[in-house]
Order: sequence, then C-alpha cells, then structure tokens
Amino acid sequence: MGVKVIIPTPLRVYAGKRDSTEVKATTVGEALGRLTTEFSDLRKHLFTDDGKLRSFVNVYVNDEDIRYLAKENTPTKDGDTISIVPSIAGGSAFCCSRCA
Amino acid sequence: MATAATLKMSAAIAQEIREQGAQGYPNECCGALLGRDTDGSGATTTGGSVSLPVREIVALFPLVNRRDDSPRNRFSVTAEDVRDSERAAQEKGLDVVGWYHSHPDHPARPSQYDREHAWPWYSYIIVSVANGKPQEMTSWRLSDDRSEYACEEIAIRDRASK
Repeated sequence: MGVKVIIPTPLRVYAGKRDSTEVKATTVGEALGRLTTEFSDLRKHLFTDDGKLRSFVNVYVNDEDIRYLAKENTPTKDGDTISIVPSIAGGSAFCCSRCA
Repeated sequence: MATAATLKMSAAIAQEIREQGAQGYPNECCGALLGRDTDGSGATTTGGSVSLPVREIVALFPLVNRRDDSPRNRFSVTAEDVRDSERAAQEKGLDVVGWYHSHPDHPARPSQYDREHAWPWYSYIIVSVANGKPQEMTSWRLSDDRSEYACEEIAIRDRASK
C-alpha cells in the first residue's frame, strides 16, 4: 500500500484517463514528484516553469489543505489520500493583444 | 485560434447565463457548467477525454464571485466551491465540464489572465455584458501546451428563444 493520489477530472487525460494512482512517498512533494515522473504531461499543469505549484492548484492530505500544514513538506504515510483540487479564476483585465 | 469542439446547450441554459451576467453587472458573475461529453452519437464518455466532438451542458451551478477586492474585472472560485460543484454534478449523474463568467463592459474574449489561470479540458464560457445588457457569448478551451485558447462552437438547441 502506498499513498493514493486523486487526479482532478481536467487532468485525467494526461494520466492515462485514471482518476487516481498510488505512489510511494513520505512527503507531498515527493508524491507529486513521483506522479509527474510517471505522467510527465501533468507537470506543466501543476507546476510553473520554475517548479513551484501553480497558485490555483490546491493539494489536500486526507482533506487537510497543505497550505495550513507544511506545504509540500507535509509528511505522508501509506494509506493517506492526496487530493488535487482546482480553484478557478479569471477576469477581463490585462487583455492579450488578440482582444478587440 | 482554431475551433475545437461543439458545446451544446438549451436556449434556457444560454438565457440563464446571460441573465446572471446582467444581474451581476457591473461585477463579474461566475458558476459551474454541469454536463457530459458524448461521442456524437449520444453515448456518454465521462472522465477526462479531451478530443470528443460534443459536450452538452445540462445544468448550471451558480457561484459567488469570491474576488471582493476586484469583482468588476476578476472572478474567483475556491477549491471548496469546486468541490461543492462536483458534488452537485454527481447528484445529477453529471460532471463539472467547465465554468462560465461575465466580462462587464468588455468583449467575450479570454484575457491573458484568463489563460494563465485556466485548466485544460474544461470549457470556459464568457458572456460580454455592456451597460448591464448581455451581448456576445463565447466558449473556449485551453490548449494542451497552455499556449492559447481554442474557440468552441456553441450550439443552442432552440434558436427561437436564443
């Protein structure tokens, strides 16, 4: 048994259409690293170019938000469940050059 | 920008999005699109397929715009809101297949900010609202490499009440 990682619907196409996978990891960071090693196309949607979690990617360990724990250093153990949950943002300001 | 896929909805759903845009003016409204992907023959294929030709919106799940600091040109949906939306979809046997928001006094085109904060696979509907009146409505999907949005055709079933 390892750590179960639940993959959000919009990213399942980059993870062999799986809704979850299991990894061996002792921290959240290690788990996400193993996840994106196994499914490399996930990386650009979860991490910025400099390797930081994107601001609209929320990670929970057994329903606890890692921002209120030890972030990516949050420890994990076999049987834990890591959930990756999107938050959604947008808006009209700072339009691109294509905008009328 | 290339056309990606077709997004089907009833005239009533389209009207509801427009009305929410008008009601929210001058702020941005937002909500979840609940629906399903099909292979074009009506067979349901939920769970992350990206290249399917038809996506149908069956219901809306209106949400509160959490951007209190800049609601006229920003919207935000928290992770808890996303989870609530997913639960609402599951109760109806549907998926959250995208999100809608309004652009008050601004074209129905995704901004750079929209693109930077977008997820792939989801449909993003934008309705323009000018002086409180809903105008053009468009839908977009982020490309796999995150470089641009592809425009989706919106197919409204009952054109008479569009």
